[in-house]
Amino acid sequence: MTTTPPVVQVRDLQKSYGGVEAVRGVSFSIAAGETFALLGPNGAGKSTTIEILEGYRDRSGGEVSVLGIDPHRGGLDWKARLGIVLQTSNESGNATVTEQLRHFAGFYPHPRDVDEVIDAAGLREKAKTRVSKLSGGQRRRVDVALGIIGRPELLFLDEPTTGFDPEARHQFWNLIRGLKAEGTTILLTTHYLDEAAQLGDRAGIIVGGRLIDIGPLDEIGGADARVPVVRWRDGNGLVREERTSRPAQIVANLVASGKGAEPEGLEVIRPSLEDVYLSLVRGHEAMTPGNEAAASANGARPDRSRLTDKDVRA
Amino acid sequence: MSATISSTRRQNKAPSTLALGLSRIAYETRLYFRSPDTLLFTFFFPFIMLGIFTAAFSSSGNIGANPDGTGGVSVGTYYLPGMLAAGMLLSGVQNLAVDIAGEKSDGTLKRLGGTPLSPLSYFLGKIGQVFVTAILQAGLLLLVARLVLDIALPTEPGKWVTFAWVFVFGVITSAFLGIALSAVPRSGRSATAVVAPVVLVLQFISGVYLQFTTLPEWMQNLASIFPLKWMAQGMRSVFLPESFAAAEQSGTWDLLWVAGALGVWLVLGLVLSRATFRWIRRDA
Repeated sequence: MTTTPPVVQVRDLQKSYGGVEAVRGVSFSIAAGETFALLGPNGAGKSTTIEILEGYRDRSGGEVSVLGIDPHRGGLDWKARLGIVLQTSNESGNATVTEQLRHFAGFYPHPRDVDEVIDAAGLREKAKTRVSKLSGGQRRRVDVALGIIGRPELLFLDEPTTGFDPEARHQFWNLIRGLKAEGTTILLTTHYLDEAAQLGDRAGIIVGGRLIDIGPLDEIGGADARVPVVRWRDGNGLVREERTSRPAQIVANLVASGKGAEPEGLEVIRPSLEDVYLSLVRGHEAMTPGNEAAASANGARPDRSRLTDKDVRA
Repeated sequence: MSATISSTRRQNKAPSTLALGLSRIAYETRLYFRSPDTLLFTFFFPFIMLGIFTAAFSSSGNIGANPDGTGGVSVGTYYLPGMLAAGMLLSGVQNLAVDIAGEKSDGTLKRLGGTPLSPLSYFLGKIGQVFVTAILQAGLLLLVARLVLDIALPTEPGKWVTFAWVFVFGVITSAFLGIALSAVPRSGRSATAVVAPVVLVLQFISGVYLQFTTLPEWMQNLASIFPLKWMAQGMRSVFLPESFAAAEQSGTWDLLWVAGALGVWLVLGLVLSRATFRWIRRDA
Protein backbone atom coordinates (compact mmCIF):
# COMPACT_ATOMS: atom_id res chain seq x y z
CA MET A 1 0.00 0.00 0.00
CA THR A 2 0.97 3.61 -0.13
CA THR A 3 3.31 5.12 2.41
CA THR A 4 2.61 8.78 1.68
CA PRO A 5 1.05 10.55 4.65
CA PRO A 6 -2.58 11.68 4.33
CA VAL A 7 -3.08 15.02 2.60
CA VAL A 8 -5.75 15.99 5.10
CA GLN A 9 -5.87 14.72 8.65
CA VAL A 10 -8.58 15.86 11.04
CA ARG A 11 -8.76 14.55 14.61
CA ASP A 12 -11.56 15.42 17.02
CA LEU A 13 -12.19 18.80 15.36
CA GLN A 14 -14.36 21.14 17.39
CA LYS A 15 -15.67 24.60 16.70
CA SER A 16 -18.01 26.67 18.79
CA TYR A 17 -19.37 30.15 18.13
CA GLY A 18 -20.24 31.82 21.38
CA GLY A 19 -21.75 28.95 23.31
CA VAL A 20 -22.94 26.91 20.33
CA GLU A 21 -21.00 23.92 19.11
CA ALA A 22 -21.13 23.88 15.31
CA VAL A 23 -18.60 21.05 14.96
CA ARG A 24 -18.40 18.50 17.78
CA GLY A 25 -15.51 16.13 17.40
CA VAL A 26 -15.14 15.31 13.70
CA SER A 27 -12.31 13.03 12.59
CA PHE A 28 -11.35 11.89 9.10
CA SER A 29 -8.41 11.77 6.77
CA ILE A 30 -7.99 12.07 3.02
CA ALA A 31 -5.26 10.17 1.21
CA ALA A 32 -3.20 11.62 -1.63
CA GLY A 33 -5.11 11.47 -4.90
CA GLU A 34 -8.39 10.65 -3.21
CA THR A 35 -11.69 12.46 -3.74
CA PHE A 36 -13.56 12.78 -0.47
CA ALA A 37 -17.15 13.98 -0.38
CA LEU A 38 -18.44 15.69 2.73
CA LEU A 39 -22.22 15.36 2.83
CA GLY A 40 -24.86 16.57 5.22
CA PRO A 41 -27.89 18.82 5.60
CA ASN A 42 -27.65 22.62 5.60
CA GLY A 43 -26.20 23.92 8.84
CA ALA A 44 -24.67 20.56 9.77
CA GLY A 45 -21.14 21.94 9.98
CA LYS A 46 -19.78 21.09 6.50
CA SER A 47 -18.80 24.60 5.54
CA THR A 48 -17.39 25.37 8.97
CA THR A 49 -15.22 22.27 8.70
CA ILE A 50 -14.03 23.06 5.19
CA GLU A 51 -13.30 26.70 6.09
CA ILE A 52 -11.17 25.57 9.02
CA LEU A 53 -9.19 23.34 6.65
CA GLU A 54 -8.82 26.23 4.18
CA GLY A 55 -7.38 28.43 6.93
CA TYR A 56 -10.28 30.90 6.99
CA ARG A 57 -11.48 30.01 10.48
CA ASP A 58 -9.79 29.08 13.70
CA ARG A 59 -10.85 25.92 15.49
CA SER A 60 -11.85 25.59 19.11
CA GLY A 61 -10.27 22.17 19.59
CA GLY A 62 -8.77 19.12 17.93
CA GLU A 63 -5.92 18.64 15.50
CA VAL A 64 -5.87 19.53 11.82
CA SER A 65 -3.15 18.99 9.27
CA VAL A 66 -3.50 20.00 5.63
CA LEU A 67 -0.60 19.11 3.33
CA GLY A 68 1.38 18.49 6.51
CA ILE A 69 0.73 21.96 7.90
CA ASP A 70 -1.64 23.36 10.51
CA PRO A 71 -3.94 25.65 8.45
CA HIS A 72 -3.85 28.15 11.29
CA ARG A 73 -0.15 28.68 10.56
CA GLY A 74 -0.25 28.14 6.80
CA GLY A 75 1.82 30.72 4.94
CA LEU A 76 1.80 31.87 1.33
CA ASP A 77 3.77 28.86 0.04
CA TRP A 78 1.19 26.60 1.70
CA LYS A 79 -1.65 28.53 0.03
CA ALA A 80 0.15 28.16 -3.31
CA ARG A 81 -0.48 24.39 -3.07
CA LEU A 82 -4.23 24.78 -2.48
CA GLY A 83 -7.11 25.53 -4.79
CA ILE A 84 -10.22 26.92 -3.17
CA VAL A 85 -13.66 27.17 -4.76
CA LEU A 86 -15.82 28.97 -2.24
CA GLN A 87 -19.54 28.48 -1.90
CA THR A 88 -20.79 31.76 -3.35
CA SER A 89 -19.36 34.88 -4.83
CA ASN A 90 -20.95 38.08 -6.06
CA GLU A 91 -17.93 40.08 -7.01
CA SER A 92 -18.38 43.07 -9.29
CA GLY A 93 -16.52 41.26 -12.08
CA ASN A 94 -15.24 44.13 -14.21
CA ALA A 95 -12.37 42.00 -15.51
CA THR A 96 -12.82 39.65 -18.45
CA VAL A 97 -12.52 35.90 -17.98
CA THR A 98 -9.06 35.86 -19.57
CA GLU A 99 -7.83 38.89 -17.63
CA GLN A 100 -9.03 37.43 -14.35
CA LEU A 101 -7.42 34.04 -14.96
CA ARG A 102 -4.17 35.53 -16.25
CA HIS A 103 -3.97 37.80 -13.21
CA PHE A 104 -4.60 34.98 -10.73
CA ALA A 105 -2.19 32.67 -12.58
CA GLY A 106 0.51 35.20 -11.77
CA PHE A 107 0.11 34.54 -8.02
CA TYR A 108 1.35 30.94 -8.31
CA PRO A 109 4.82 29.51 -8.81
CA HIS A 110 3.78 26.99 -11.50
CA PRO A 111 0.31 27.86 -12.81
CA ARG A 112 -1.57 26.02 -15.52
CA ASP A 113 -1.79 27.49 -18.97
CA VAL A 114 -4.60 30.07 -19.01
CA ASP A 115 -5.97 28.99 -22.40
CA GLU A 116 -5.99 25.33 -21.40
CA VAL A 117 -8.00 26.15 -18.28
CA ILE A 118 -10.42 28.32 -20.26
CA ASP A 119 -11.02 25.42 -22.65
CA ALA A 120 -11.25 22.87 -19.86
CA ALA A 121 -13.83 24.98 -18.03
CA GLY A 122 -15.87 25.40 -21.22
CA LEU A 123 -15.40 29.16 -21.27
CA ARG A 124 -13.75 29.58 -24.67
CA GLU A 125 -16.65 31.57 -26.14
CA LYS A 126 -16.78 33.82 -23.09
CA ALA A 127 -13.03 34.33 -22.77
CA LYS A 128 -13.21 38.01 -23.69
CA THR A 129 -16.44 38.71 -21.79
CA ARG A 130 -16.47 40.52 -18.48
CA VAL A 131 -17.30 38.23 -15.57
CA SER A 132 -20.18 40.54 -14.60
CA LYS A 133 -21.88 39.79 -17.94
CA LEU A 134 -21.88 36.00 -17.44
CA SER A 135 -24.79 33.85 -16.29
CA GLY A 136 -24.74 32.30 -12.82
CA GLY A 137 -23.57 28.93 -14.10
CA GLN A 138 -20.85 30.53 -16.23
CA ARG A 139 -19.61 32.57 -13.26
CA ARG A 140 -19.43 29.35 -11.28
CA ARG A 141 -17.19 27.92 -14.02
CA VAL A 142 -14.93 30.92 -13.61
CA ASP A 143 -14.81 30.19 -9.86
CA VAL A 144 -13.75 26.64 -10.61
CA ALA A 145 -11.22 27.81 -13.22
CA LEU A 146 -9.70 30.21 -10.66
CA GLY A 147 -9.58 27.34 -8.18
CA ILE A 148 -7.47 25.15 -10.47
CA ILE A 149 -5.34 27.79 -12.23
CA GLY A 150 -2.56 27.41 -9.64
CA ARG A 151 -2.22 23.66 -10.28
CA PRO A 152 -3.25 22.77 -6.71
CA GLU A 153 -2.25 19.56 -4.96
CA LEU A 154 -5.42 19.81 -2.90
CA LEU A 155 -8.63 21.25 -4.30
CA PHE A 156 -11.55 22.34 -2.12
CA LEU A 157 -14.90 22.38 -3.91
CA ASP A 158 -17.71 23.79 -1.78
CA GLU A 159 -20.97 23.06 -3.63
CA PRO A 160 -19.32 23.66 -6.99
CA THR A 161 -22.18 22.92 -9.37
CA THR A 162 -24.99 24.92 -7.80
CA GLY A 163 -26.81 26.63 -10.66
CA PHE A 164 -25.42 24.36 -13.40
CA ASP A 165 -27.68 22.89 -16.04
CA PRO A 166 -27.38 19.09 -16.45
CA GLU A 167 -25.04 19.35 -19.43
CA ALA A 168 -22.75 21.78 -17.62
CA ARG A 169 -22.73 19.46 -14.62
CA HIS A 170 -21.59 16.54 -16.77
CA GLN A 171 -18.88 18.69 -18.34
CA PHE A 172 -17.79 19.71 -14.87
CA TRP A 173 -17.62 16.07 -13.79
CA ASN A 174 -15.34 15.34 -16.73
CA LEU A 175 -13.12 18.23 -15.76
CA ILE A 176 -12.85 16.92 -12.21
CA ARG A 177 -12.15 13.38 -13.45
CA GLY A 178 -9.25 14.88 -15.45
CA LEU A 179 -7.89 16.48 -12.29
CA LYS A 180 -8.29 13.21 -10.38
CA ALA A 181 -6.45 11.35 -13.10
CA GLU A 182 -3.64 13.83 -12.65
CA GLY A 183 -3.42 12.98 -8.96
CA THR A 184 -5.16 16.02 -7.47
CA THR A 185 -6.63 15.37 -4.04
CA ILE A 186 -10.15 16.76 -3.79
CA LEU A 187 -12.45 17.63 -0.91
CA LEU A 188 -15.98 18.12 -2.20
CA THR A 189 -19.16 19.21 -0.51
CA THR A 190 -22.37 18.91 -2.46
CA HIS A 191 -26.10 18.55 -2.08
CA TYR A 192 -26.29 16.41 -5.20
CA LEU A 193 -25.83 12.84 -4.11
CA ASP A 194 -25.39 11.69 -7.71
CA GLU A 195 -22.48 14.08 -7.96
CA ALA A 196 -20.88 12.59 -4.86
CA ALA A 197 -21.47 9.11 -6.32
CA GLN A 198 -19.96 10.12 -9.68
CA LEU A 199 -16.84 11.78 -8.32
CA GLY A 200 -16.20 10.59 -4.81
CA ASP A 201 -14.05 7.70 -3.65
CA ARG A 202 -15.14 8.00 -0.05
CA ALA A 203 -17.70 10.10 1.77
CA GLY A 204 -18.36 11.34 5.26
CA ILE A 205 -21.81 12.37 6.42
CA ILE A 206 -22.04 15.20 8.94
CA VAL A 207 -25.23 15.79 10.90
CA GLY A 208 -25.48 18.20 13.82
CA GLY A 209 -21.72 18.77 13.89
CA ARG A 210 -20.89 15.06 14.15
CA LEU A 211 -19.63 12.61 11.57
CA ILE A 212 -22.34 9.93 11.61
CA ASP A 213 -20.81 7.73 8.93
CA ILE A 214 -17.74 7.51 6.79
CA GLY A 215 -16.62 5.03 4.18
CA PRO A 216 -16.32 4.19 0.48
CA LEU A 217 -19.33 5.49 -1.41
CA ASP A 218 -20.58 2.05 -2.36
CA GLU A 219 -20.44 0.84 1.24
CA ILE A 220 -21.63 3.84 3.20
CA GLY A 221 -24.65 3.16 5.38
CA GLY A 222 -23.74 -0.53 5.59
CA ALA A 223 -24.88 -3.54 3.54
CA ASP A 224 -28.34 -3.55 5.18
CA ALA A 225 -29.15 -0.10 3.86
CA ARG A 226 -28.60 -1.37 0.33
CA VAL A 227 -30.95 -4.34 0.41
CA PRO A 228 -33.23 -4.07 -2.65
CA VAL A 229 -36.96 -3.60 -2.30
CA VAL A 230 -39.50 -5.40 -4.48
CA ARG A 231 -42.76 -3.46 -4.87
CA TRP A 232 -45.94 -4.49 -6.66
CA ARG A 233 -49.74 -4.13 -6.49
CA ASP A 234 -51.61 -7.16 -5.26
CA GLY A 235 -55.00 -8.41 -6.47
CA ASN A 236 -56.81 -5.93 -4.21
CA GLY A 237 -54.89 -2.98 -5.66
CA LEU A 238 -52.81 -2.54 -2.49
CA VAL A 239 -49.15 -1.62 -2.87
CA ARG A 240 -46.94 -4.32 -1.29
CA GLU A 241 -43.27 -4.05 -0.51
CA GLU A 242 -40.68 -6.59 0.49
CA ARG A 243 -37.02 -5.99 1.36
CA THR A 244 -34.93 -8.88 0.23
CA SER A 245 -31.45 -9.77 -0.85
CA ARG A 246 -33.01 -12.19 -3.38
CA PRO A 247 -35.44 -10.04 -5.39
CA ALA A 248 -35.55 -12.39 -8.38
CA GLN A 249 -36.85 -15.17 -6.14
CA ILE A 250 -39.70 -12.95 -4.91
CA VAL A 251 -40.61 -12.01 -8.46
CA ALA A 252 -40.56 -15.65 -9.53
CA ASN A 253 -42.82 -16.56 -6.61
CA LEU A 254 -45.21 -13.77 -7.55
CA VAL A 255 -45.44 -14.98 -11.10
CA ALA A 256 -45.95 -18.56 -9.94
CA SER A 257 -48.67 -17.61 -7.46
CA GLY A 258 -50.43 -15.54 -10.14
CA LYS A 259 -50.31 -18.56 -12.44
CA GLY A 260 -48.12 -16.81 -14.94
CA ALA A 261 -49.94 -13.47 -14.87
CA GLU A 262 -47.78 -10.34 -14.95
CA PRO A 263 -47.76 -8.70 -11.46
CA GLU A 264 -49.03 -5.12 -11.64
CA GLY A 265 -46.74 -2.14 -11.00
CA LEU A 266 -43.75 -4.38 -10.43
CA GLU A 267 -40.51 -2.63 -9.41
CA VAL A 268 -37.19 -3.85 -8.06
CA ILE A 269 -35.59 -0.89 -6.34
CA ARG A 270 -31.95 -0.78 -5.36
CA PRO A 271 -31.49 2.06 -2.84
CA SER A 272 -29.56 4.90 -4.45
CA LEU A 273 -26.92 6.80 -2.53
CA GLU A 274 -29.62 9.41 -2.00
CA ASP A 275 -31.93 6.84 -0.35
CA VAL A 276 -29.09 5.55 1.82
CA TYR A 277 -28.11 9.08 2.75
CA LEU A 278 -31.66 10.15 3.61
CA SER A 279 -32.29 7.12 5.78
CA LEU A 280 -28.98 7.70 7.60
CA VAL A 281 -29.73 11.37 8.21
CA ARG A 282 -33.33 10.72 9.27
CA GLY A 283 -32.27 7.87 11.51
CA HIS A 284 -29.72 10.06 13.18
CA GLU A 285 -32.12 12.93 13.64
CA ALA A 286 -34.67 10.62 15.20
CA MET A 287 -32.06 9.53 17.72
CA THR A 288 -31.09 13.08 18.70
CA PRO A 289 -34.33 15.03 19.03
CA GLY A 290 -32.52 18.18 20.15
CA ASN A 291 -30.88 18.90 16.87
CA GLU A 292 -31.93 21.56 14.47
CA ALA A 293 -32.81 19.67 11.31
CA ALA A 294 -34.96 17.22 13.22
CA ALA A 295 -36.79 20.01 14.97
CA SER A 296 -37.61 21.77 11.72
CA ALA A 297 -38.59 18.49 10.08
CA ASN A 298 -40.97 17.77 12.92
CA GLY A 299 -42.67 21.12 12.54
CA ALA A 300 -40.33 23.43 14.42
CA ARG A 301 -40.59 22.59 18.05
CA PRO A 302 -38.85 25.54 19.70
CA ASP A 303 -35.71 24.41 21.43
CA ARG A 304 -32.66 26.17 22.66
CA SER A 305 -29.91 24.71 20.56
CA ARG A 306 -31.92 25.32 17.42
CA LEU A 307 -32.47 28.98 18.16
CA THR A 308 -28.85 29.55 19.02
CA ASP A 309 -27.71 27.74 15.88
CA LYS A 310 -29.72 30.24 13.91
CA ASP A 311 -28.34 33.19 15.83
CA VAL A 312 -24.86 32.14 14.81
CA ARG A 313 -25.58 32.34 11.13
CA ALA A 314 -27.64 35.52 11.36
CA MET B 1 -12.68 18.55 -22.24
CA SER B 2 -10.46 17.39 -19.46
CA ALA B 3 -7.87 15.65 -21.59
CA THR B 4 -6.21 18.90 -22.57
CA ILE B 5 -5.09 19.82 -19.05
CA SER B 6 -1.36 19.25 -19.07
CA SER B 7 0.24 17.89 -15.98
CA THR B 8 3.80 19.09 -16.42
CA ARG B 9 5.02 20.79 -13.30
CA ARG B 10 7.76 23.31 -13.93
CA GLN B 11 9.79 24.29 -10.92
CA ASN B 12 9.48 28.04 -10.75
CA LYS B 13 10.16 30.31 -7.86
CA ALA B 14 7.22 32.00 -6.17
CA PRO B 15 6.52 35.42 -7.70
CA SER B 16 7.98 38.26 -5.63
CA THR B 17 5.84 40.57 -3.51
CA LEU B 18 6.99 43.54 -5.55
CA ALA B 19 6.28 41.90 -8.91
CA LEU B 20 2.80 40.94 -7.74
CA GLY B 21 2.30 44.48 -6.39
CA LEU B 22 3.08 45.88 -9.85
CA SER B 23 0.74 43.35 -11.44
CA ARG B 24 -1.95 44.43 -8.96
CA ILE B 25 -1.41 48.12 -9.85
CA ALA B 26 -2.04 47.41 -13.52
CA TYR B 27 -5.07 45.24 -12.72
CA GLU B 28 -6.58 47.67 -10.21
CA THR B 29 -6.05 50.71 -12.43
CA ARG B 30 -7.71 48.98 -15.38
CA LEU B 31 -10.72 48.04 -13.25
CA TYR B 32 -10.93 51.57 -11.78
CA PHE B 33 -11.50 53.01 -15.21
CA ARG B 34 -14.24 50.42 -15.83
CA SER B 35 -16.36 51.50 -12.84
CA PRO B 36 -18.52 54.43 -13.95
CA ASP B 37 -19.74 55.33 -10.42
CA THR B 38 -16.26 55.44 -8.97
CA LEU B 39 -15.00 57.42 -11.95
CA LEU B 40 -17.72 60.03 -11.59
CA PHE B 41 -17.46 60.52 -7.83
CA THR B 42 -13.71 60.25 -7.37
CA PHE B 43 -12.08 61.13 -10.70
CA PHE B 44 -14.32 63.65 -12.45
CA PHE B 45 -15.91 65.30 -9.42
CA PRO B 46 -13.24 68.03 -9.07
CA PHE B 47 -13.60 68.85 -12.79
CA ILE B 48 -17.35 69.25 -12.42
CA MET B 49 -17.01 71.45 -9.33
CA LEU B 50 -14.28 73.60 -10.89
CA GLY B 51 -16.50 74.09 -13.93
CA ILE B 52 -19.53 75.02 -11.85
CA PHE B 53 -17.65 77.47 -9.60
CA THR B 54 -15.98 79.16 -12.52
CA ALA B 55 -19.25 79.49 -14.40
CA ALA B 56 -21.24 80.64 -11.38
CA PHE B 57 -18.92 83.16 -9.75
CA SER B 58 -16.77 84.57 -12.54
CA SER B 59 -19.19 87.43 -13.16
CA SER B 60 -18.64 88.78 -9.63
CA GLY B 61 -15.08 89.67 -10.48
CA ASN B 62 -11.66 88.64 -9.23
CA ILE B 63 -11.05 87.26 -5.76
CA GLY B 64 -8.80 89.33 -3.53
CA ALA B 65 -9.12 92.37 -5.81
CA ASN B 66 -8.38 95.92 -4.68
CA PRO B 67 -11.36 98.20 -3.97
CA ASP B 68 -10.92 99.65 -7.46
CA GLY B 69 -11.36 96.22 -9.04
CA THR B 70 -7.72 95.72 -10.04
CA GLY B 71 -5.48 92.89 -8.91
CA GLY B 72 -6.57 89.63 -7.32
CA VAL B 73 -6.96 86.36 -9.16
CA SER B 74 -9.74 84.91 -11.27
CA VAL B 75 -12.32 82.62 -9.65
CA GLY B 76 -10.88 79.63 -11.52
CA THR B 77 -7.36 80.42 -10.33
CA TYR B 78 -8.59 80.71 -6.77
CA TYR B 79 -10.45 77.40 -6.77
CA LEU B 80 -7.88 75.33 -8.68
CA PRO B 81 -5.70 74.52 -5.61
CA GLY B 82 -8.77 73.44 -3.61
CA MET B 83 -9.95 71.17 -6.42
CA LEU B 84 -6.50 69.60 -6.72
CA ALA B 85 -6.59 68.91 -2.97
CA ALA B 86 -10.15 67.54 -3.24
CA GLY B 87 -8.99 65.24 -6.05
CA MET B 88 -6.22 63.87 -3.85
CA LEU B 89 -8.70 63.21 -1.05
CA LEU B 90 -11.33 61.64 -3.32
CA SER B 91 -8.83 59.45 -5.21
CA GLY B 92 -7.49 58.15 -1.92
CA VAL B 93 -10.03 58.23 0.87
CA GLN B 94 -13.36 57.99 -0.93
CA ASN B 95 -12.15 55.65 -3.66
CA LEU B 96 -10.37 53.13 -1.44
CA ALA B 97 -12.76 53.24 1.54
CA VAL B 98 -15.75 52.42 -0.69
CA ASP B 99 -13.80 50.04 -2.92
CA ILE B 100 -12.28 47.92 -0.15
CA ALA B 101 -15.50 47.85 1.91
CA GLY B 102 -17.21 46.52 -1.22
CA GLU B 103 -14.48 43.92 -1.83
CA LYS B 104 -14.85 42.81 1.77
CA SER B 105 -18.57 42.19 1.47
CA ASP B 106 -18.74 40.79 -2.07
CA GLY B 107 -16.21 38.03 -1.47
CA THR B 108 -13.26 39.48 -3.43
CA LEU B 109 -11.07 39.64 -0.34
CA LYS B 110 -12.07 36.18 0.80
CA ARG B 111 -11.06 34.80 -2.59
CA LEU B 112 -7.74 36.65 -2.54
CA GLY B 113 -7.15 35.48 1.03
CA GLY B 114 -7.23 31.90 -0.22
CA THR B 115 -4.47 32.54 -2.78
CA PRO B 116 -0.75 33.05 -2.23
CA LEU B 117 -1.12 36.81 -2.79
CA SER B 118 0.59 38.68 0.03
CA PRO B 119 -1.46 41.42 1.73
CA LEU B 120 1.52 43.69 1.07
CA SER B 121 1.16 43.13 -2.69
CA TYR B 122 -2.54 43.87 -2.36
CA PHE B 123 -1.79 47.17 -0.58
CA LEU B 124 0.88 48.07 -3.14
CA GLY B 125 -1.79 47.54 -5.79
CA LYS B 126 -4.30 49.80 -4.04
CA ILE B 127 -1.83 52.59 -3.25
CA GLY B 128 -0.28 52.36 -6.70
CA GLN B 129 -3.72 52.57 -8.29
CA VAL B 130 -4.51 55.68 -6.25
CA PHE B 131 -1.18 57.17 -7.24
CA VAL B 132 -1.57 56.51 -10.96
CA THR B 133 -5.16 57.76 -11.10
CA ALA B 134 -4.41 60.81 -8.93
CA ILE B 135 -1.51 61.80 -11.21
CA LEU B 136 -3.76 61.47 -14.27
CA GLN B 137 -6.45 63.45 -12.49
CA ALA B 138 -4.12 66.28 -11.42
CA GLY B 139 -2.44 66.39 -14.83
CA LEU B 140 -5.80 66.60 -16.57
CA LEU B 141 -7.04 69.25 -14.10
CA LEU B 142 -3.98 71.40 -14.81
CA LEU B 143 -4.46 70.91 -18.53
CA VAL B 144 -8.11 71.93 -18.35
CA ALA B 145 -7.21 74.88 -16.13
CA ARG B 146 -4.57 76.09 -18.57
CA LEU B 147 -6.25 75.38 -21.90
CA VAL B 148 -9.97 75.66 -21.19
CA LEU B 149 -10.22 78.06 -18.27
CA ASP B 150 -7.15 80.07 -19.27
CA ILE B 151 -5.65 79.98 -15.78
CA ALA B 152 -2.00 81.05 -15.57
CA LEU B 153 0.15 78.33 -13.98
CA PRO B 154 3.30 79.07 -11.96
CA THR B 155 6.60 79.15 -13.81
CA GLU B 156 9.09 79.07 -10.92
CA PRO B 157 10.63 75.59 -10.47
CA GLY B 158 10.47 76.07 -6.67
CA LYS B 159 6.67 76.18 -6.81
CA TRP B 160 6.56 72.90 -8.70
CA VAL B 161 8.87 71.28 -6.16
CA THR B 162 6.37 72.27 -3.47
CA PHE B 163 3.55 70.94 -5.66
CA ALA B 164 5.35 67.62 -6.07
CA TRP B 165 5.94 66.92 -2.39
CA VAL B 166 2.54 68.14 -1.23
CA PHE B 167 0.95 65.97 -3.91
CA VAL B 168 2.96 62.80 -3.23
CA PHE B 169 2.67 63.14 0.52
CA GLY B 170 -1.04 63.99 0.38
CA VAL B 171 -1.95 61.19 -2.01
CA ILE B 172 -0.16 58.50 0.00
CA THR B 173 -1.74 59.81 3.23
CA SER B 174 -5.18 59.75 1.57
CA ALA B 175 -4.63 56.20 0.36
CA PHE B 176 -3.76 54.93 3.85
CA LEU B 177 -6.70 56.80 5.37
CA GLY B 178 -8.97 55.24 2.76
CA ILE B 179 -7.76 51.75 3.67
CA ALA B 180 -8.26 52.52 7.37
CA LEU B 181 -11.75 53.99 6.81
CA SER B 182 -12.81 50.91 4.81
CA ALA B 183 -13.03 49.01 8.10
CA VAL B 184 -15.92 51.19 9.29
CA PRO B 185 -18.87 50.39 6.94
CA ARG B 186 -20.72 47.22 7.92
CA SER B 187 -21.46 46.32 4.31
CA GLY B 188 -20.44 47.27 0.82
CA ARG B 189 -23.82 48.80 0.14
CA SER B 190 -23.62 51.17 3.12
CA ALA B 191 -20.04 52.18 2.32
CA THR B 192 -20.87 55.20 0.17
CA ALA B 193 -23.38 56.42 2.76
CA VAL B 194 -20.74 56.22 5.47
CA VAL B 195 -17.80 57.62 3.54
CA ALA B 196 -19.31 60.31 1.30
CA PRO B 197 -20.62 62.58 4.13
CA VAL B 198 -17.24 62.50 5.91
CA VAL B 199 -15.46 63.49 2.72
CA LEU B 200 -18.08 66.11 1.83
CA VAL B 201 -18.01 67.84 5.23
CA LEU B 202 -14.23 67.88 5.15
CA GLN B 203 -14.31 69.58 1.74
CA PHE B 204 -16.66 72.29 3.03
CA ILE B 205 -14.68 73.13 6.16
CA SER B 206 -11.22 72.73 4.64
CA GLY B 207 -11.39 75.42 1.98
CA VAL B 208 -12.24 73.41 -1.10
CA TYR B 209 -15.68 74.85 -1.89
CA LEU B 210 -15.71 77.86 0.45
CA GLN B 211 -12.88 80.38 0.71
CA PHE B 212 -10.98 79.08 3.68
CA THR B 213 -9.82 82.53 4.73
CA THR B 214 -13.41 83.74 5.11
CA LEU B 215 -14.50 80.87 7.39
CA PRO B 216 -14.98 81.55 11.13
CA GLU B 217 -11.97 80.97 13.33
CA TRP B 218 -13.46 77.92 15.10
CA MET B 219 -14.17 76.20 11.79
CA GLN B 220 -10.64 76.89 10.60
CA ASN B 221 -9.33 75.42 13.84
CA LEU B 222 -11.55 72.36 13.48
CA ALA B 223 -10.40 71.84 9.89
CA SER B 224 -6.78 72.10 11.03
CA ILE B 225 -7.18 68.80 12.84
CA PHE B 226 -7.79 67.02 9.51
CA PRO B 227 -5.38 66.55 6.60
CA LEU B 228 -7.44 68.10 3.79
CA LYS B 229 -6.98 71.65 5.10
CA TRP B 230 -3.21 71.17 4.90
CA MET B 231 -3.31 69.72 1.40
CA ALA B 232 -5.41 72.66 0.23
CA GLN B 233 -3.12 75.16 1.97
CA GLY B 234 -0.05 73.56 0.41
CA MET B 235 -1.68 73.77 -3.02
CA ARG B 236 -2.70 77.42 -2.46
CA SER B 237 0.97 78.21 -1.77
CA VAL B 238 1.79 76.88 -5.23
CA PHE B 239 -0.96 78.49 -7.33
CA LEU B 240 -1.85 81.76 -5.52
CA PRO B 241 0.32 84.89 -5.44
CA GLU B 242 2.42 85.56 -2.34
CA SER B 243 0.06 88.38 -1.35
CA PHE B 244 -2.60 85.77 -0.49
CA ALA B 245 -0.44 84.26 2.25
CA ALA B 246 -1.32 87.17 4.52
CA ALA B 247 -4.94 86.00 4.60
CA GLU B 248 -4.00 82.57 5.99
CA GLN B 249 -4.48 81.89 9.69
CA SER B 250 -0.89 82.64 10.66
CA GLY B 251 -0.24 85.09 7.84
CA THR B 252 2.10 82.68 6.02
CA TRP B 253 1.79 79.43 3.99
CA ASP B 254 3.21 77.43 6.91
CA LEU B 255 4.67 74.72 4.67
CA LEU B 256 6.44 73.12 7.61
CA TRP B 257 3.09 72.65 9.29
CA VAL B 258 1.70 71.21 6.05
CA ALA B 259 4.48 68.63 6.01
CA GLY B 260 4.11 67.91 9.72
CA ALA B 261 0.33 67.46 9.66
CA LEU B 262 0.45 65.22 6.58
CA GLY B 263 3.24 63.21 8.19
CA VAL B 264 1.23 62.61 11.35
CA TRP B 265 -1.84 61.56 9.35
CA LEU B 266 0.29 59.31 7.15
CA VAL B 267 1.62 57.43 10.17
CA LEU B 268 -1.84 57.28 11.74
CA GLY B 269 -3.36 55.93 8.52
CA LEU B 270 -0.60 53.34 8.17
CA VAL B 271 -1.03 52.13 11.75
CA LEU B 272 -4.84 52.01 11.49
CA SER B 273 -4.66 50.20 8.12
CA ARG B 274 -2.35 47.56 9.53
CA ALA B 275 -4.41 47.11 12.67
CA THR B 276 -7.83 46.86 11.03
CA PHE B 277 -7.26 45.09 7.71
CA ARG B 278 -8.42 41.47 7.42
CA TRP B 279 -9.00 39.32 4.37
CA ILE B 280 -12.26 38.22 6.02
CA ARG B 281 -14.19 39.21 9.12
CA ARG B 282 -12.85 36.73 11.63
CA ASP B 283 -15.28 34.87 13.80
CA ALA B 284 -15.06 35.21 17.58
